[in-house]
This record gives sequence, structure tokens and C-alpha cells, in this order.
Amino acid sequence: MAEMIRTENLIFDYDKRDEEGNKIGSFRALDEVNIEVEKGQFIAVLGHNGSGKSTFAKHINALLFPTGGTIFVGGYDTKEDAHFWDVRKSAGMVFQNPDNQIIGTVVEEDVGFGPENLGVPTEEIWKRVEESLKAVGMLEYRQQSPNKLSGGQKQRVAIAGVVAMEPQCIVLDEPTAMLDPVGRGEVLAAALKLRQEKGVTVILITHYMDEVVDADKLFVMSEGKVVLEGTPKEVFSRVEDMQKYCLDVPQATLLAHELKEAGLKVPAGILKKEELVEALCKLK
Amino acid sequence: MQIKVENLQYVYSQGTAYEKQALRDINFEIGGGEFIGIIGHTGSGKSTLIQHLNGLIKATSGKILVDGEDIYKDGYNFKNLRNKVGLVFQYPEHQLFEETVLKDVCFGPKNQGLTEEEALERAKAALALTGLAEEFYEASPFELSGGQKRRAAIAGVLAMEPEVLILDEPTAGLDPAGRDDILEQIAHLQRERQITVILVSHSMEDIAKYAQRLIVMNRGKLLFDDTPKKVFTHYRELEEIGLSAPQVTYIMHDLQERGFGVSAEATTVSEAAAEIIKALEKTHDS
Amino acid sequence: MIRDITIGQYYPARSILHRLDPRVKLVCTFLYLISLFLFKSIPGYVVATIFLVSIIKLSKVPFSYIMKGLRPILMLLMITVIFNLFLTREGDVLFSKWIFTVTAGGLRNAVYMAVRLIYLILGSSLMTFTTTPNELTDGIEKLFKPLQKIKLPVHEMAMIMSIALRFIPILLEETDKIMKAQIARGADLESGNIIQKAKAMVPVLVPLFISAFRRASDLAMAMEARCYHGGEGRTKMKPLRYKKRDYLAYGVMIFYVTAVFFIGRYVPFKIWIF
Repeated sequence: MAEMIRTENLIFDYDKRDEEGNKIGSFRALDEVNIEVEKGQFIAVLGHNGSGKSTFAKHINALLFPTGGTIFVGGYDTKEDAHFWDVRKSAGMVFQNPDNQIIGTVVEEDVGFGPENLGVPTEEIWKRVEESLKAVGMLEYRQQSPNKLSGGQKQRVAIAGVVAMEPQCIVLDEPTAMLDPVGRGEVLAAALKLRQEKGVTVILITHYMDEVVDADKLFVMSEGKVVLEGTPKEVFSRVEDMQKYCLDVPQATLLAHELKEAGLKVPAGILKKEELVEALCKLK
Repeated sequence: MQIKVENLQYVYSQGTAYEKQALRDINFEIGGGEFIGIIGHTGSGKSTLIQHLNGLIKATSGKILVDGEDIYKDGYNFKNLRNKVGLVFQYPEHQLFEETVLKDVCFGPKNQGLTEEEALERAKAALALTGLAEEFYEASPFELSGGQKRRAAIAGVLAMEPEVLILDEPTAGLDPAGRDDILEQIAHLQRERQITVILVSHSMEDIAKYAQRLIVMNRGKLLFDDTPKKVFTHYRELEEIGLSAPQVTYIMHDLQERGFGVSAEATTVSEAAAEIIKALEKTHDS
Repeated sequence: MIRDITIGQYYPARSILHRLDPRVKLVCTFLYLISLFLFKSIPGYVVATIFLVSIIKLSKVPFSYIMKGLRPILMLLMITVIFNLFLTREGDVLFSKWIFTVTAGGLRNAVYMAVRLIYLILGSSLMTFTTTPNELTDGIEKLFKPLQKIKLPVHEMAMIMSIALRFIPILLEETDKIMKAQIARGADLESGNIIQKAKAMVPVLVPLFISAFRRASDLAMAMEARCYHGGEGRTKMKPLRYKKRDYLAYGVMIFYVTAVFFIGRYVPFKIWIF
């Protein structure tokens, strides 16, 4: 499979400044991160608040540039000026706060904003807007004001706005943190549908463990480093490690873990309730 | 402290095209020292309801009695009510404004008419309760991390030493460890001081773990008001209104269907584990 | 209460007015505003009223909704009326007590000014009701494009305007929330003299500014992430092209202005002092 993102010892330092703006030190937000993502994968990045996962996400879209090391997006080094726009085009981004990323005052105009910036011809913009809104199930709201939508709907509009730019990869930076369970489900389903139908690579950054059980691969970050990586089965089977990194595991996994601790013969790496029920029935 | 809500109705933007009934015929009673959870999807009226409890919103009709006194009667002292009923809004860190954390936490106590020293004392005690390290007391609240800001902001309400503490999704946006931490501290405070805590949450797991009583709101109506265990047995009805039960409840129900001799009442992981082990031992013994 | 402010908001509907080119609406609104100062007589007001009412009917925006836009200017309206009423000395004295004297001219000016102000607000809010802020800024951008030659950042100004319009309701809601949160912490935002009141607003204004800056920086990042790089090389989803109805609208407007001017000036008709 083709490579989508690759980092080589990616380092990023934030400058700390005093009140006059003089540099008084720096804080290492990313510390030699090595991550590889293939095209069409569903990747999740987990980590506690301040673990560096958002900083990483912003590198994918060339909103931040490495202090050290390199990040390749779609084969381009983000630091090369010649490919700056290629990078931005190939990776779209959805942020946490739905209100602060919608520019248009009407849903369809917001979705058209990205293609307008790319210089897409008018007719093509209309086609893309319609398709993107349809893809996230928001076509019937195209004439509405975003202020009247629910959080989940706003985030779906934000996703449509990215989709209309036809990126190869979508980075979702805690898109569900401010939503209720219904909204969370809507947003996740919309993102995964894009992957299935258009083969878009999805990179999801989140605190909700149950959102990532279907991911192809998880990266767990802590203090700027990737501390765990692997399939959800591999990562979630390390319950104590996850707790050490201020995270948790899905409830079914936790229950399986407790039963195992108590001496029951439950297999490792149970993620879903069905798996646990199945395993327990064998013990009967 | 007792709060009694009688036939509460609230209509938004009455008399305009945007008129919307946010609360319909709400009745319940809150005694002292309870830990109450409130769930409901966005727009179910739960935020509107809690704002009634300290008089920020006035009901269109109905009554609220606090210790037997009608809060809508003329000349009622709302300031006094707000001293007793503390309300922590969603993302409370967005309301920080002072130069230092300590000063910000003192804002509430000072408004209560306490002296500088008393306010400082209260502020320090409240900050200690939330587990914010002392080195941050003199820092600007805007320099703190997200989780620390949240603690400082919650301390701002705790410092007023309310008898009823209402929290609207106090853990939204925090990582799992931060979430558990804050909820543990709130539960601890509730037990220690015997205050009433009302927790609005989207997490059924958190509700199952901490709440003794659960109120479910749907379309402005109070749908359930019972112990979490009892409410979660209605998991199919909860699903119909966009909610759910904790994952373990589903596991227990599935096990029961597959002929496991477990009770489906367990709502937390440890309860479920104990129940399953017990059931397996029984089958193996016989 | 804050969320009741409707002025400057878009009202989605499918009407001929909604479909007009924003440049037409901008120019016509401007002409309409000028036309209100071209006459001072009942026949003039009759024509203006007929025109305004028919435009409102055409817009399919509910009348009560438009009227709500008047609420924020109520204070201004009262001040205007009081000033005109008591400070104009012209014609017969109708009423006099202590230092208050109302003359026929004063009453006439007060009524005319009040009606003008109301018509002015109704007319201009009708434009914002029927034009999405994006269209509006597109219109302004295109109308003022010639000014780019003298290095005026027309595109940037238009973009700033459209973003401001999008965030006004969000910030109003936020103000409401912060006020409530501080009241819950015992803040007293209502009593006291002006200085005390201003001081009491600090706990509301500081978080509000911080939130506005946070939103601005988030938004800037979101715009950058969507490849925004100024007006250069940008295409339009809804490019402005005049259609038949737009020329027709210009025609109607010119006809109205001429009519109101001549009827307002030369048709003699008076009731009492008006």
C-alpha cells in the first residue's frame, strides 16, 4: 500500500516567552516521533491532555513545521516551499470547536469556502458542495445558518467543508470532545463512511476509547513521545499501561481484564461486548 | 437543604415565532446529601432545568420551594439562594478573569460579603479540594493547562461553600485520568460535607459509578427519576431517546439471555465482575 | 433577551428579493435611504409607506420579525423624538409648561424624524434579512473593487465584515452565558451607579475578550487549513452576474425615487400641521 504520512524523528519545541516577548526557554511538545500511515487506513492517536497529539496533528496540515526531523505528507516534505499547497490540499483538518471553524453564514457557502480558495471553477464548486453535503448527510440543511445546527451537525458540515477540497487524508483533532453521544456517533459515522466510499485516510485524535476499537492502528502518545502502538487488540490488552498514560480502555476490555485477574480464562485483547459474552459462554 | 420543584414550565421566547417549550410539568424533590445524576440529550431541557434551581431563569409557571419558601414570591433574596446553590457551568474555565488563580477563586466568597482573610482561607481550602498544586495559586489562570484551569474554575464555586453543588458536564474535554480525578474529588466532597451534588453528564458509566439517584430528561419532560440501577433496566427506552445504559449493562443482559445465572442489575465493572465470578462458581460447583 | 436581537441577521426564504444581486440591494438600499430625506409631506410618506410595505411583502420575511429589529434602537428613537419635540421652535406654540414648550414645527419634526428613522431601520434590515452576509460582502467587494487601484484592501475588509457578522450571534450568546456564570458566583451586575456598574462588568468583559481572541485564533487556523491565502486566485461559488430581474429592480427603484421626490414635493395635501 502507498504511504500517506511518514515522520522521521519529528521534534517540535514551543518557545516560552516572558511578558516582553523574549524567549526564556522552550518546551518540547514532540520528541522524536516516528509514525507511518498508509493510504486508506483508519488511524487513531490517543493521549492525555498535553501529550502532543494536537501538535502532531497540526504538522500533518503544515500549520506547524518541525523544529527537528521531517514529516512527509503524501510524499512531500512539509518544509519544502514548493509543495506547501500540495500538502495543505492533500490533508484536510477538522478541529474540536465546531463554532470556531465554520466561516460561512450559510451551510453551503461554508462548504464552498475551501474549493473557492483552491481556485476551483464555479460549476465544479457547486458539484463538490452538493456531493460533500450528501456524503455527510447534511444536504437538506444546505440553506440553513450554521448557528441553528446541533454540535454534531456543525461538525458534519466542517467535515463536508474538508471533503469538498478532495483531500487524500482527513485529520480529526478531537472532533467529538464537545458533543453529546448522539453527535459523537454522527460525526464518527460520517468520517468512516468517507473512508469506506472514497478511500480517504482517516486520522482520529480522541479521548474516547470506544471510538477507536475499529481502527487499523493506534498510536498512544505521552509527553511528546509515541509510547504504545499497534492494533486496538494489542494496545488495549495492556490495561495497566493505558492507565499509566492517563487513558482508559473500553468497558468490555476492562471487565475482561478484571475477570482475568480473578483467575478466569478470558483471552486477552477483548474490545467489544459481543466478544466478551462469547468468551464467557465458552467457560460455562 | 430541601428543594421542591412543582409543576415547573418554561417557555423560550414566548409570543414570538421562535417560541419553544423547554420544560413541561416538572416535579421532583431534593433532600440533603444526595448525589444526583441528570442525563438527557442536547436540547432535552436539562441545562434549562438546573438554571432554574438557583434562580438564573424564572419559570413561566410552577413553583420552586427552597426549605419551604417560594423563590418566586416578592422580595425573595436570590443572592442568598445563589450562596446556597452553587452552579458550575460547562467549560467553567471560560469565566476566569482575575490576575491570579487565588484572586479569581476569592471572587465568589467576596461577593458573599466575607472579609479578605476569610475569602482567602476559603479559596485556599477550595483549591486544595480540587487538587490544584499550591505553586499555581499566584499564577495567572490563563497560563494554566486545560485541566488545571478547570480545577481553578470549579474551586471558584466550591469556595462559596454551597449546600447544593450543580455541575454541568464538569469533565467535558478532559482526558480519562483528569475526568476520574475530578469526579473522585467531587464524590469525596459530597460524602465529607454531606452536601447535595447534581451532576449533569453524558457518560452513563460515570453516572453508574457515582450517582445514587438518576433523573432522565427528554423533550422538556422528566422521564425517569429513580436509582441508576432501576433506570438502566429501561435501557431500550433510553436508546429510543438517544441515550444508552453503561456497556456492562448490555453485557449482563446478553449473558442472561445466553443462560448465565447473572443478575442484569450490575452497572459498574466491579459489580459485573463479581456477579460473573459468582455465577461461574455456582455452575462449576453443581 | 440578548438572543432576541435580529438586526443584521439573515432570514432564509425563497423570494425575489433573496434572489436579487447583492449589488442591486446595496445600491437600492442606499438610494432608498437618501429618498427618505427628499420630502417632508404626507403624500411623500404615503408613497414611501406603500413602497416599503410592498417590498416587505415581496421579501416573505414575517412582518413581526422585521419589527423586532426596531427594539435595539428604541432608546435612540426616543431621544430623537424628545430632542425634536422640545428643542425646535417653529410655528405656533401648541403646549407650554415650565421649561417645556412644544411648537407645531417641533411636533412635525419629531413625528417625521421618528417615521424616517423607523423606515430607515426597516429598509436596511430588510437588506440584511434577504442577503446572506457572504453575498453582502461579495457585493461590497465587487462594488468597491475599483478602489483596489488606490491600494485599499477591499477583499480583506469584506472578509473581516463577513466573519464579524457570523460571530455576532455566537458572542452574544457567550456574553449571556458568562453573565449568568458570574451572577451564579454572586456578582451583582445591576445595582450601583455607572462607575460601579462598569467595574462590575470586568468579570464579564475580560472572559469575553479572551474568548473572542481564542475564537479568532482558532478561526484563523481553520481558514489556513482550508487553504485560505487572501483574495488572489480565488474563485467564487456564487459569482455576481446581473440578470434581467436585477435591471428590472434598478428600474423600479429609479421610478420610486423619482415618484417620491415629485409627489413629496409637489402634491399639495395637508392634515393639520403635517
